[in-house]
Amino acid sequence: MTLVGWLQIALLFGLALVTIKPLGLFMARLFQGERTFLSPALGPVERGFYALSGVRADKEQGWLAYALSMLAFNLAGFLLLYAMLRLQAYLPLNPQGFGAVAPDLAFNTAVSFVTNTNWQAYGGETTLSHFSQMAGLTVQNFLSGATGMALAIAFTRAFARGSAATLGNFWVDMTRATLYVLLPLAIIVALAFVALGLPQTLDASLTVTTLEGAQQTLAMGPIASQEAIKQLGTNGGGFLNANAAHPFENPNAFSNYLNILSMLGITTALFYTFGQMVGDRRQGWAFVTTIMLFLIVGTGIVYQAESAGNPIHVALGVDPALGNMEGKEVRFGQAMTAAYAAVTTGISDGGVNGMHGSFTGLGGLVPMFFMQLGEVLPGGVGSGLYGMLVFAILAVFVAGLMVGRTPELLGKKIEGREMKLAMLAILILPLAILGFSATSALLPVALASLSGAGPHGLSEILYAYTSATANNGSAFGGLSANTPWYNTTLGISMLLGRFAYAVPVLAIAGSLAAKPKIAPSAGTFATNTPLFVGLLAAIILIIGGLQFFPALALGPIVEHIQMLAGQTY
Amino acid sequence: MILLFTALLGVGYPLVVTGIAGALLPSQARGSLVTVDGTPVGSALVGQSFTSDRYFHGRPSATAETPYNGASSGGTSLGPTSAKLRDMIDAQIRDLRTAGVEGPLPADAVTSSGSGLDPHISPAFAKLQIARVAKVRQISEQQVAALVEASTSRPALGFIGEPRVNVLRLNMALDKSIPQK
Repeated sequence: MTLVGWLQIALLFGLALVTIKPLGLFMARLFQGERTFLSPALGPVERGFYALSGVRADKEQGWLAYALSMLAFNLAGFLLLYAMLRLQAYLPLNPQGFGAVAPDLAFNTAVSFVTNTNWQAYGGETTLSHFSQMAGLTVQNFLSGATGMALAIAFTRAFARGSAATLGNFWVDMTRATLYVLLPLAIIVALAFVALGLPQTLDASLTVTTLEGAQQTLAMGPIASQEAIKQLGTNGGGFLNANAAHPFENPNAFSNYLNILSMLGITTALFYTFGQMVGDRRQGWAFVTTIMLFLIVGTGIVYQAESAGNPIHVALGVDPALGNMEGKEVRFGQAMTAAYAAVTTGISDGGVNGMHGSFTGLGGLVPMFFMQLGEVLPGGVGSGLYGMLVFAILAVFVAGLMVGRTPELLGKKIEGREMKLAMLAILILPLAILGFSATSALLPVALASLSGAGPHGLSEILYAYTSATANNGSAFGGLSANTPWYNTTLGISMLLGRFAYAVPVLAIAGSLAAKPKIAPSAGTFATNTPLFVGLLAAIILIIGGLQFFPALALGPIVEHIQMLAGQTY
Repeated sequence: MILLFTALLGVGYPLVVTGIAGALLPSQARGSLVTVDGTPVGSALVGQSFTSDRYFHGRPSATAETPYNGASSGGTSLGPTSAKLRDMIDAQIRDLRTAGVEGPLPADAVTSSGSGLDPHISPAFAKLQIARVAKVRQISEQQVAALVEASTSRPALGFIGEPRVNVLRLNMALDKSIPQK
């Protein structure tokens, strides 16, 4: 670790804090139905959308109607994307002439993009046409992000309102999130990306004759526009196979900053939006503080583990000065690869600028553990906020048990129904992750896909199901996941992680919205204080740790110890 | 509604960005190509394979089929305790030792990058190759070292980014200033 490295990390998190308030305030105004500076330009477009699709914007929905609208919209998105991938050969903009995507891969990919996971069982530049990338994947990059934002806003209203029967209108929230937040930011970020060197062209790949006279084919396409929304929507699915490690997706230190800040921007600002809408900005900042603590500590652990290098390689004659460089790019170095790894897994982004599978045991443990904590650090756009609120409910419940009072969160009593639903949501993660990992560890057809032997093999499986269920999308790339078994079970994991989590969460929102808002009394446990931040962080750590520590001990932890002992497989 | 969004986000958005980018930033939009005598020889951003002793070499590359395959990016994804990875690194080290390199080797010289298309090497790895290139081109090491120095990028403002050498640009500078004999 170096001072220069830490300065780069400090600048990153400093810049991330700057955008929270303006963006958070803007979103609060937008979702409360107030006029914003974009209303004159986008208002007519918004109303046109409602008119053409028959949405009654003034009609609010209860939690069940909201949930059903969300599910119907996502189902339609899934079916359209699946059809597009299967019919790719007959659709336009296919300069490389790629054929239809296989059924299991098309299912996996469609689920992956609709659930905001962006797990990539396919290689971008070797499988998908420009049309599939643009009209298929890019569209879902926007809409899955907007779906998450809508859900988060609905949950926010449950706390903002007292004795209310409705949570807002899904179609309106989703449309506003897309038109006023994601689209304008995406255009700005995409153009900044082009200025930094990302290609943006409809041409196919270009073949050049290199200095040594060999032929090199450079895969290109509308990369900048997809990269922008991939990060802003915390999607993470790259245009190219190597994702943001590829120089065309991330050519230099500045594009790397813009990549990370784009992922952090909206999802962190939503916590401020929450504080603003419920009338307690300090609550928003309490969540942001918890998140930043985790991200900075996580970055530090990865940075330390990776800079120390791999003793097995050092013994062969490698200078440990640069650290473990396998799977990393020279232009990012250890500090900014570590920061990217922590942020992309703390958020459910899943883009990578280095290969997590080649990290040391501890370096790979942090990304895996961050995902297993439920994608709340700060999580995907929107999904992070409602995930964090579920943890906040658990935290006040534990606090309530300690003092023997009915727990309250922001003036809402937390009772049996909310607790049951919160536990149901929380248990989805270990069910899918550990259930499928254990099954795969026993099935020969699943084990055939492993490239790592010893503990790394288990890590590859565990990482895959963790990433899918947490809707992250990053991978330990050694696993050959493009097989019917993995495409299907990972697809199911993604669906469970997204919708089996979101529906109970909306049910909690409905139940909370209906309760009266009670004024805080002397006995109320304040939830915007450092004490609460500490309690919340402990709850997140303890729940995640208890659920997953045994599995992690057999994978990355034992691998790190074996690495230090010089053992190879 | 999904069809309206597909039209707006899937067709309108990328085409608008493509249009603006092509008009204002044509070079970047088309892949930051570099040319020799008007013919493109590669992208300044993407590494390419160098094996001749006349040129500086990039890092090992794990892309499919051939090294530095620009149509199929990727790394080894081998884990830290992988015997295969240890053997690959060991083979790289042996090759460098055979070529007469001594002492601890910079990590980037013997490991492959995540993309397999890393355009850069560390200044330390460049330094190790100066003697070989100077000998083959029959020029002084100082001349080559000066070119390496000129091709080395330092962190912006002293801390943003890593010190690095763009291999393609360095080799183009070599060819330009020291014509082939």
